[in-house]
Amino acid sequence: MDPNPKRPKTVDRVDSVEVVNSSESTQLLCSIDPNRKRAKTVDRVDSAESTQFPDEVLERVLSLIDSHKDRSSVSLVCKDWYNAERWSRRHVFIGNCYSVSPEIVAARFPRIRSVTIKGKPRFSDFNLVPEDWGADIYPWLSVFALAYPFLEELRLKRMAVSDESLEFLATKFCNFKALSLLSCDGFSTDGLKAIATHCKNLTELDIQENGIDDLGGHWLSCFPETLTSLEVLNFASLNSEVSFDALEKLVSRCKSLKVLKVNRNISLDQLQKLLSHCPQLMELGTGAFTQELISGPVTEFKNMFSNCRNLITLSGLWDATPLYLPVIYPACARLTFLNLSYATLRSDELANLLSHCKSLRRLWLLDTVGDKGLEAVGSCCPFLEELRVFPAHPFDQQIFLGVTESGFVSVSRGCPRLRYVLYFCRQMTNAAVAAIAKNCPDFTHFRLCIMNPGQPDYLTKEPMDEAFGSIVKTCTKLQRLAISGLLTDRTFEYIGKYSKNLETLSVAFAGSSDLGMEYVLQGCPKLRKLEIRDCPFGNAALLSGLTKYESMRSLWMSACNVSMNACRALAKEKPRLNVEVIRDEDGADDSQAHKVYVYRTVAGPRRDAPPFVLTL
Amino acid sequence: MSVPLEHDYIGLSDASRSSDSSSNITSVTETQPNSVLNFKATELSLGLPGFSKNGGPTIMLGAKRGFADVNLDGSGKWALKGGSEAQLGGFEKSQTLTPDVKPAEDKKKGSGSAPPSAKAQVVGWPPIRSFRKNTMAANSSKNADVTEGNLASGGCLFVKVSMDGAPYLRKIDLKIYHNYTELSKALEKMFSCFTLGNGVKGREGLSESNLKDLLHGSECVLTYEDKDGDWMLVGDVPWEMFIDSCKRLRIMKGSEAIGLAPRSMEKCKNKI
Repeated sequence: MDPNPKRPKTVDRVDSVEVVNSSESTQLLCSIDPNRKRAKTVDRVDSAESTQFPDEVLERVLSLIDSHKDRSSVSLVCKDWYNAERWSRRHVFIGNCYSVSPEIVAARFPRIRSVTIKGKPRFSDFNLVPEDWGADIYPWLSVFALAYPFLEELRLKRMAVSDESLEFLATKFCNFKALSLLSCDGFSTDGLKAIATHCKNLTELDIQENGIDDLGGHWLSCFPETLTSLEVLNFASLNSEVSFDALEKLVSRCKSLKVLKVNRNISLDQLQKLLSHCPQLMELGTGAFTQELISGPVTEFKNMFSNCRNLITLSGLWDATPLYLPVIYPACARLTFLNLSYATLRSDELANLLSHCKSLRRLWLLDTVGDKGLEAVGSCCPFLEELRVFPAHPFDQQIFLGVTESGFVSVSRGCPRLRYVLYFCRQMTNAAVAAIAKNCPDFTHFRLCIMNPGQPDYLTKEPMDEAFGSIVKTCTKLQRLAISGLLTDRTFEYIGKYSKNLETLSVAFAGSSDLGMEYVLQGCPKLRKLEIRDCPFGNAALLSGLTKYESMRSLWMSACNVSMNACRALAKEKPRLNVEVIRDEDGADDSQAHKVYVYRTVAGPRRDAPPFVLTL
Repeated sequence: MSVPLEHDYIGLSDASRSSDSSSNITSVTETQPNSVLNFKATELSLGLPGFSKNGGPTIMLGAKRGFADVNLDGSGKWALKGGSEAQLGGFEKSQTLTPDVKPAEDKKKGSGSAPPSAKAQVVGWPPIRSFRKNTMAANSSKNADVTEGNLASGGCLFVKVSMDGAPYLRKIDLKIYHNYTELSKALEKMFSCFTLGNGVKGREGLSESNLKDLLHGSECVLTYEDKDGDWMLVGDVPWEMFIDSCKRLRIMKGSEAIGLAPRSMEKCKNKI
């Protein structure tokens, strides 16, 4: 702040000049738009801390703020700032679609162009939430059609999306540009047809891991010849074959294409053709990476990646064999994200590949690479920040393969910058996790899944309490934690005592008593999401969080020991929470609450709840 | 410090567990957790901690057969009888129960342990999204013939062995052999009941290239299917490379064998 402001000489007309002397600073502001409604014309020369900015200037400044957390803070300063913020906001993020209603959103934010909405509780990804639970996007779209007719972007996660909704979206929003659907369900490729056909300015179509009814690949042929604006196209998770001819033409005419992720049906030959049209790609998802015979000379094949100078992300690589994998080597040095979680590579194949990938920051793998493969990760990727290791045979309990604690330790030794880990394994020890924590103190996300529920340290036979204890004690920046293995209340005591930045906690088959949950609810000030399944936490635990839940986004408890009466008590005490119980299919015991979902809301109880969801 | 909850993982016979949370906390003595946890750690069945009987999650019986079923299946029909399993060395016990169980891990259990009961699969565990689940399931059905051991470095490498004309196949663990000699000896013993006439005794100092000779008494050719799906002659490559790429074995006999193994042709000529 300039303590000696000069009046701007270039301004012809000055409507209001306000000078405020405060103990901190003096400010001079001019309103340069004579037609703009003034916020306040009062000339205040007092030592009040409040400063008077004309609306427009404030809005201009605030429009540069992107983070929705910052914007929330801004809106709390005073009424002027609240107003300026709401007028300048272009993107709204709704973490729980039932925490607010579309009408409230539309009333508060008049100028939204981009919306992100998350729907169902995360455990719905694992079939713990019955079908038709809700989170339908349609009510939102019908309000948006009136409030935001110029809506450009819609990003949905775990929402129920019907073909009708997609058609509505495609036809009622003339400026619609970007659609991203992750883990949604309820639609088919017919809905995609509508999007392809009607959205003349489409820049992004990102379809990831949804419960989609795949009726064929014709949707891709629905993109009109005039569409040249596409920048992101991701249909990797769709199974049907698309017309390669249509795809090739589309890719050729969309010169701004940055992200292309094709599905498994696209062969290596076809991929080569595609890449020749879009060497500017930044992110590529290949199709099947194996082929009986390739048509062209092998050298041309090898060159297809060396021309992609901007490529930083590579995924797909289905069925990759050591025969063809080397064609990606020319691009490896620039890669920052490599997703091999659908390529059943072995340790030697991975080691050969990684020796070329010096710049990797993020790596996703299948556990077929084994501990030896992870050793290669540790030695080849010193800048690694994120590692996810998925199980190739998660449900085959008789397999004792995959990765163990030693692979994890190897990675931690070689990759001290690790921040995000998701690790599926069948055995772990407390000592190993302690070593890992020591090697990588910067963890922000630590998700360890020991696949056999309640499994102890396989060497000492003790609970895995000390493992997670060492993580929370050492990794002070921890935001997200998923725990597994045999765990007593001691784990939760550690979490409550040490994990002060924890925002998300996932618990399954753990704990000994109500104390466990109480420790966490009392100890973690920043806790936002708590999801619990199959733990011995009962009514006392649930009610111990009475004053906490309003500061959190949501709580999920299933297969615990909570009674309906306790849920009713909670609902009665806290009217600003929705306390919902999902009834068991066979409805055996009506006094126990089989699945409880508690979340704060300003929208009141759900009006669209199906019969098996009871709002207390 | 709270005592560890006694998690009962025997599985579905959990009905007696009380739903009252306080009674779930049992004091576990020093020795007890070890034996209980030992068992739990190695027990293959997946029951659930029985907190509330009714609040327990839905349990689906997993796709894998339980032990009770295996013995009735075709692939196991020879397993319990006679001395054929004795030829397989120290692994006969587990192999009689099911071909799919890794014997190395079974050894961890006490020898008196009963076969694990039918596997129960817990809904939504491990937490894998449907898309990945379905993709991996499709992958494994594609590789139905490939045993688990081929996918990652592990303790065992079971491959099917078929012999032309034999009424049933066998399965052997390639990892327990260290060279072609041992393999051929084992195969010979295993399939001697099917060989007509002269079973060639294993000679001393057999090298890889002599393996073909071993079975030539019955004009057999030992072949294997490699990772690319091609049928190759056993013995050409170093042992390590062989077990790395071998997916299944086949003993070709009779007219198919003639003309395939160069040595056998020579022998035929010599005999004439």
